[in-house]
Amino acid sequence: MEIIKGVPLTSYILLCSMLFSIGVLGVLYRRNALVIFMCIELMLNSVNLLLVAFSRYYSDSNAQVFVFFIMAVAAAEVSVGLAILMMIYRNTKTTDIDALNKLKF
Amino acid sequence: MILNDFFIFMKQELMLLFIIFLLLLIKVGKDRSNESLLYLINLLLLINVIAGFILPGEGSLFSDMFRTNPLIALEKNMLNIGTLIISMQSYSWLKSHKHLLEFYILMISTLLGMFYMISSGNLLMFYLGLELSSIPLAALVNFDLEKKASSEAAMKFILSSAFSSGLLLFGVSLIYGTTGSLAYAEITSHLSTDPLQIFAFVLFLAGFAFKISAVPFHFWTADVYEGAPVAITSYLSVISKGAVLFVFVSVLYTVFKPLADVWYGMLFVLSISTIIIGNLFAIRQDNFKRFLAFSSIAQVGFILVGISGSSSMGTAAVIYFVLIYIFSNLGAFGVVSIVSSLTGKERISDYKSFYKTNPFLSWILTIALFSLAGVPPAAGFFGKFFLLIAGAEKGNYLLISIAALNMIVSFYYYLRIVKSVFMEPNESPIESLTIPLISKVALYICLLGIVILGLWSVVYDYIFTLSPIF
Repeated sequence: MEIIKGVPLTSYILLCSMLFSIGVLGVLYRRNALVIFMCIELMLNSVNLLLVAFSRYYSDSNAQVFVFFIMAVAAAEVSVGLAILMMIYRNTKTTDIDALNKLKF
Repeated sequence: MILNDFFIFMKQELMLLFIIFLLLLIKVGKDRSNESLLYLINLLLLINVIAGFILPGEGSLFSDMFRTNPLIALEKNMLNIGTLIISMQSYSWLKSHKHLLEFYILMISTLLGMFYMISSGNLLMFYLGLELSSIPLAALVNFDLEKKASSEAAMKFILSSAFSSGLLLFGVSLIYGTTGSLAYAEITSHLSTDPLQIFAFVLFLAGFAFKISAVPFHFWTADVYEGAPVAITSYLSVISKGAVLFVFVSVLYTVFKPLADVWYGMLFVLSISTIIIGNLFAIRQDNFKRFLAFSSIAQVGFILVGISGSSSMGTAAVIYFVLIYIFSNLGAFGVVSIVSSLTGKERISDYKSFYKTNPFLSWILTIALFSLAGVPPAAGFFGKFFLLIAGAEKGNYLLISIAALNMIVSFYYYLRIVKSVFMEPNESPIESLTIPLISKVALYICLLGIVILGLWSVVYDYIFTLSPIF
């Protein structure tokens, strides 16, 4: 516990920014829908970590409540996403988003 | 908190919750025919619209998490009217659909989410409302279960909305980090033009721009609009976009007021690029839904021009324009929805000499397109006129002239459709369609809305008296 308290806020911000950037790059570069969902989870988790760190810094519990809601919403989002992915898999037998090319300019 | 306040302030939300639970109970009970259910649901939605106008309260609940005032109640009423019209227009599509009740349960849940979002006084409430309004929409986009295009559109929608809410959340967490609070009132008092706060605001703005499909965050729009069922496309382009715009205006004008100079520059770029790209791409579309998608992107650009002026007229002009936009866009979508559900045709070239076989639908389509383009007797002209006046408040005439020039460009592609409907010959035109009475009533409501809002200035004056002064 003492060790966690000793970590300065800046390190948390740096770590979260890095995690968030990795998530964003993953969403942009990966071609598999499942991996993209994992990258979005990574983005949301970095936000969670950042919120908890700030919450600790301000000794204010509001942001920790926020984190719980983000977790719940992220679960709902991914479950709807996976259901849609199932529908696509039935049609195309693949989870690659390059197969989603029916609608374009 | 007095219980009485609770029922008055949250009246509209409670009404929607009541409808959702009623539909769930009907779902559990014995099977009923789709037609009787549709009449029941439309009646419920009509009662919901009327109930919304009674006793608009003013105050806040749950330590400022939820707040309401007559303007917010009016915004919710506008969304209610739009939902009722969409529900009536999609009668012939839903009549034969297996999952009618699920459709309405999901749609009304998203409406509930938008209401919470509009009433939010706290970033947590805002986020929850936003997600409640976008997650069920993804399921709705996939509602043509047997079509691959529908699932593809749903996938694109859920991925881009999840990604954009991720960006928005990172912005929220940085705002919390720099101001130490999630409540709007306290955030405003702690904002300055600190670089980290500006960065947080940019992320926040990007999240918003995704939802209102402003360029350069518009890529999902056309694909999703094309793949989704027509009823959902019109819901996405009118109701969902309108709700986010209401929140956008109020958030920019109240919470981020200290950053006004910063967001003015960003809105300047966003609005110019949105209008130009929307217009250029609308010119070359042949699919009617895709065409309306790009036209709606261009319309959002005009709204951003109005917002950027940040005058006292800004809020009123945006709300007035969204009201007109609801009627005119739903008029156009109503015709497309009826034609698509009865014949399956969605291309603009199919509409050649549409007038010969379906004069009533042709006139509705024409008037709606005139209103969207901004031809004077129709309401759309006054909507755009007020937006441009609001935008001119800062004296940035470059922005206004670009917007005005683009209005002329937009005449080309709107009138191109009118021309092909009335003048171009076609060997196999769409046959004469029998429109269900309920959809016909919805089209008449749109027509009345377009004509009355343009001629009767009381509506704008009323909105203006309610709007806060910037």
